Amino acid sequence: MKISCDINLRHLTRVEGHGNIRIRIESGAVREASWEVVETPRFFEAMLVGKKWENAPWICARICGICSIGHTLASIRAVENGFGFEPDTQTNRLRLLLKHMETLQSHILHLYFLVAPDFFGTGSILPLVETHPEEVQRAARLKLLANDACDLIGGRRLHPTRTVVGGFTMLPARDELRHLHHRLRAAITDLHRAGELFAGFSIPDFRRETEFVSLHGEKEYPFIGGDLKSSDGVRRKEWEYKEMSNEYCTPQSTAKWARLSRASFAVGALARLNNNFSLLHERARKLAELLQLEPVCHNPFMNNAAQLVECMHVVEDALLLIDRLLAEKPGEPRRKVRPAAGRGVGAVEVPRGILYHMYEFDEDGRIVRADCVIPTAQNHANIQHDIEALAREAAAAGMGDRDIEHFASMLVRSYDPCISCSVH
Amino acid sequence: MPGERNYLGVPAPRPKAAFFELSSCEGCQLQLFNNEATLTEFLSLIEIVRFREVMTGGSDEYAIAFVEGSVTRPDEIERLRAIRGNAELLVALGSCACFGGVNQLKNRFSDPRFAARTVYGDFPVATMEARPLADFVAVDLWIYGCPVKKEEVERIVTDLVVGKKVVHPKYPVCMECKANENICLYDLGEPCLGPITRAGCDAWCPNNRFGCWGCRGPAEGANIAQLEEIMKTRGFSAEAILDRLECFGGFRDVADELRKKTDERGRSPGA
Repeated sequence: MKISCDINLRHLTRVEGHGNIRIRIESGAVREASWEVVETPRFFEAMLVGKKWENAPWICARICGICSIGHTLASIRAVENGFGFEPDTQTNRLRLLLKHMETLQSHILHLYFLVAPDFFGTGSILPLVETHPEEVQRAARLKLLANDACDLIGGRRLHPTRTVVGGFTMLPARDELRHLHHRLRAAITDLHRAGELFAGFSIPDFRRETEFVSLHGEKEYPFIGGDLKSSDGVRRKEWEYKEMSNEYCTPQSTAKWARLSRASFAVGALARLNNNFSLLHERARKLAELLQLEPVCHNPFMNNAAQLVECMHVVEDALLLIDRLLAEKPGEPRRKVRPAAGRGVGAVEVPRGILYHMYEFDEDGRIVRADCVIPTAQNHANIQHDIEALAREAAAAGMGDRDIEHFASMLVRSYDPCISCSVH
Repeated sequence: MPGERNYLGVPAPRPKAAFFELSSCEGCQLQLFNNEATLTEFLSLIEIVRFREVMTGGSDEYAIAFVEGSVTRPDEIERLRAIRGNAELLVALGSCACFGGVNQLKNRFSDPRFAARTVYGDFPVATMEARPLADFVAVDLWIYGCPVKKEEVERIVTDLVVGKKVVHPKYPVCMECKANENICLYDLGEPCLGPITRAGCDAWCPNNRFGCWGCRGPAEGANIAQLEEIMKTRGFSAEAILDRLECFGGFRDVADELRKKTDERGRSPGA
């Protein structure tokens, strides 16, 4: 059957920020299929010009209301790399623990609050409070645990206060770390249950060959710093991030787009997992098996499954980090840094993919130039190509308007786009 | 059910509320979902009819509109006016909506195209000065902070629902900090705007040994000249004072004055 449809979805819901989906099919032929980003730019790279280094992490946290911790850590890393400062082991462990808790919080928010309603056929999580109270309570429990942990280590779950260049303003109390350990152990059961729930959802059968970009893990599943890697075989150093992202402007988006070996590439949980699967903790790999997620997976809808697998991984890793922190006497929370002229890059895997911050400093540590490359900005072109492919398949299958709109919305949502962040 | 609910014997209606965002990180809205322990109680206070970030569908019939973000593009003025037309009560949610927030940091450059050129080069992009909501529409209620504090939002919304007058503290963050028995940030060698910033956050940042950046704007009768004196005596540069005063837009006039003086020191390229 040759179908025609005209979908014009302004401001897609259950995503962060403002984006539009447009699909027009005439007598079975796709005339238009586009993902537009209409968010207002806030010009963070310009705001930073002329500012001293200590402003950068504080201002840059405000790029994003979901992954403010990730932005803070990438910013701090860029400043420290620029000044040639090496953080100590205690600081590295606490930062990674904080990073893990943000990953858990963000993934659970996405999976339960934004994605799950699609599979339950509701408009939001609110009706599920009545119909599926146990699932909603589980989501709330996991999110609360992660948010409490962010408060404990970073001072605040959103726009953190204790995270500074050189370390932390203060350390978490040790008995609170022990308490967090107990709660994290209980979370493993919750995540198994979440796995059973998501394994029961029927994932759209869609596949498009994609290049995946992430940090490259040597011994551990990577989150903070290190080499850059693509599934097409490109390898770069952290400071060569520009050759990995190749951002450019396009009229259909106020966010820049990115490319590498092909017309587009993907970053995020699925990219990290595809590129570093063997480095996941045991329980996480078992969960991947339950969710039928095998590397290299080219179905973007499986990013949801990859996020759940990462939830399990970060919980297991957090338990190890707390063990190590408690095994040693606490050191000084922060060390002094000495500003120097130069350039620093910080690459951090935030919930939606790899994030780069770059600053150039004058001899007083004043920022001369700044650049922030956001995960969702790197994904926009890939979303566009996925939507084109999805529209072609829908046209060939003779799908109805409502189904096409539903699947296209689910497709964009599966990337967990952080649109205002991508435009910044 | 309307009419059936009460709070301490006082009838408590459940007003329809909608959430909107202009230029922002959307963090203030998310804060409302970020306190899982009291989430269901909070949701029972109001009936949310529109909240794009977490729900599909919705209605334009609402009594209260919570608007996050600042105005940075002409189409946002139109959206804001439409929201104002629908709402009985318009709430500015967070520092971006109240003062322009970090977004207004780009206003400090004397060349209005500097920001766009720095980020997009010659590629055309629409923008204007970042401005608070009250520059365009009447605002009925302000909820300060970057980010807003969920506990404070809950208190304010409860007051609204039961018909109590919403009152903001007039005293500064410094009072809350002292009451919490923190070590003074100045004694730890850190600058802090606690002495001049409006309280209500329970000294959120100083509790974490991080000096206040004034995200809630000035306390009543804030003695800013005295604060400048304190900072100078403690050895902080005019630049460090300005960094804090200009960060969120709550001290715009003072920051504009101070910037004229600090410019001679060769900062703020593009200015």
